[in-house]
Amino acid sequence: MRTFVFAVFAFLYLPIALVVLFSFNAGHHASEFTGFSVQWYGKALSNPFLVEALKNSLFIATTSALLAAFCGTAAALGLQRVGARTRALFDALLGAAIVVPGVVIGISTLVALVQLFAVLNPFLASLWPTDQPPRLSLGYGSIIAAHGLFSMALVTMIVGTRLSSLDRNLVEASSDLYATPLTTFRSIVLPQIMPAVIAGFLLAFTFSFDDFIIAFFVAGAQTTLPIYVFASIRRGVTPEINAIATIVLCASVLLVLLAQWQLGRRKPSP
Amino acid sequence: MSAGSQPALSMRGSLFRKNLMTALLLAPAALWLVVFLVLPFVAIAIFSVGERAPEGGYQAALTFAQYANLPARATAFWNTMVLAPAGALACLLVAYPVAYYLALRAPDRWRLILLALIVIPFWTSLLMRTYAWMYILGGRGIPALLAYVGIEDLRLINTPGAVLLGIVYGYLPLMILPIYVSLERLDRRLLEASADLGATPLSTFLGVTLRLSLPGVMTGFSLVMILLLGEYLIPTLLGGGKVFFIGNALVDLFLQSRNWPFGSAIAITLVLVSVVVLIVANRISTRLSGARRVDLI
Repeated sequence: MRTFVFAVFAFLYLPIALVVLFSFNAGHHASEFTGFSVQWYGKALSNPFLVEALKNSLFIATTSALLAAFCGTAAALGLQRVGARTRALFDALLGAAIVVPGVVIGISTLVALVQLFAVLNPFLASLWPTDQPPRLSLGYGSIIAAHGLFSMALVTMIVGTRLSSLDRNLVEASSDLYATPLTTFRSIVLPQIMPAVIAGFLLAFTFSFDDFIIAFFVAGAQTTLPIYVFASIRRGVTPEINAIATIVLCASVLLVLLAQWQLGRRKPSP
Repeated sequence: MSAGSQPALSMRGSLFRKNLMTALLLAPAALWLVVFLVLPFVAIAIFSVGERAPEGGYQAALTFAQYANLPARATAFWNTMVLAPAGALACLLVAYPVAYYLALRAPDRWRLILLALIVIPFWTSLLMRTYAWMYILGGRGIPALLAYVGIEDLRLINTPGAVLLGIVYGYLPLMILPIYVSLERLDRRLLEASADLGATPLSTFLGVTLRLSLPGVMTGFSLVMILLLGEYLIPTLLGGGKVFFIGNALVDLFLQSRNWPFGSAIAITLVLVSVVVLIVANRISTRLSGARRVDLI
């Protein structure tokens, strides 16, 4: 059995290792390693389309993860204070946001937004004093919102789990000692849930940064890194893509390790 | 609350403040869920009973023609309905021994490290990991190596087998984790008791270990299955347009042929199938844990 398990680990890591190895290949060919070089990293980072896509992805992932962390944490706190019925309704919607396939989230957001813009744009134009009214269209906003939906549900669940294991005695002790609710929140609750919030943020960031299918539908004229990579892969495998893949893999691993570390951090002792 | 000694009026005020606070906390999430989950879903439900406008897009109507037309994409449905469970099953067969080893056999100080090594690939980009297999299965990878030893013209990529391999590779961690959790919680005294009562290792495994891990198996299986129903990248990159999934049909209908009503009908069907899978999985899990309770008494 040990042999089998090690074979599985090899199966998991060999493809990744090959991509990393060939990203340092001096030659063009994928089948033979002809010497060590970092030229493909240079080529990748001086490709303006690629850099633009990378910037877009970083901006979208950061914004949607921040929004998700903020709204998700607020929702988790709010859900502690409501009745069973409201809670069940919220839980069902949050569960749906996680379970509904990404393709469906993508197309339904596309369909709904296009329809909404068709109504809103003429309306805005009629209100606007000059000839160039702002036009709502698909782009950053729609990707951020669609990614944020899944991420927010994720953050709400992670923070909610943490809240339910929070020591209520500390909260009571704090208010018995005449701390205002705000002080209690700042010095008791927040420090205890912070690791969960940060972990949620990092996972949300990773998800948004990696997502292809939702962005593919709602990106409009924008390009994200996965969309760019997908398009270039379909044109053929190049060492440049190996270099990007390696950078992205390293970044994801770092983020996930950071998230794990945050989640595993002991609660600060009172 | 320490408001006992305060007059009733101020208590009502603080109750109002408390409710206002709760509403403020929940409002952003509620708004998000309604605008970007509920409304879009209502929109595609309405679209699915509409007609395709002549130049593409949607035209209002009330017809079930789109649903009647579903057999036009039967191949995509067929592939998804065969390859999603087959992929989940293949995942399970590879995942179970790994989860078993990690939970019950691995040395203690290695366990968490090995577990982390399983989780890390899952959180790295599926696109990049699938791309790695395009690289290996493609012309310059394994086929080139095989040609070197004399085996020519072996086609690996763009086959259902390649898609299945990609599925196992992509979703393996998601299958290992729930099984690991259920095996890790297993009361080891039960294993000793079974051996003490003269059971062979095989019958202990079948009667105790496997039996008690079935809820974890169900969780993993339904998770992977649900995600596979909406898969697009793996069939596209490793199936090369020959192994169509429902996801591929949706991308085609919405972004190329712009037949939104028909695409919406397929999307609604996909969601309904996912819901059915979830309900069936839930039923089986409940029955499994019910059976376990009876067994233990």
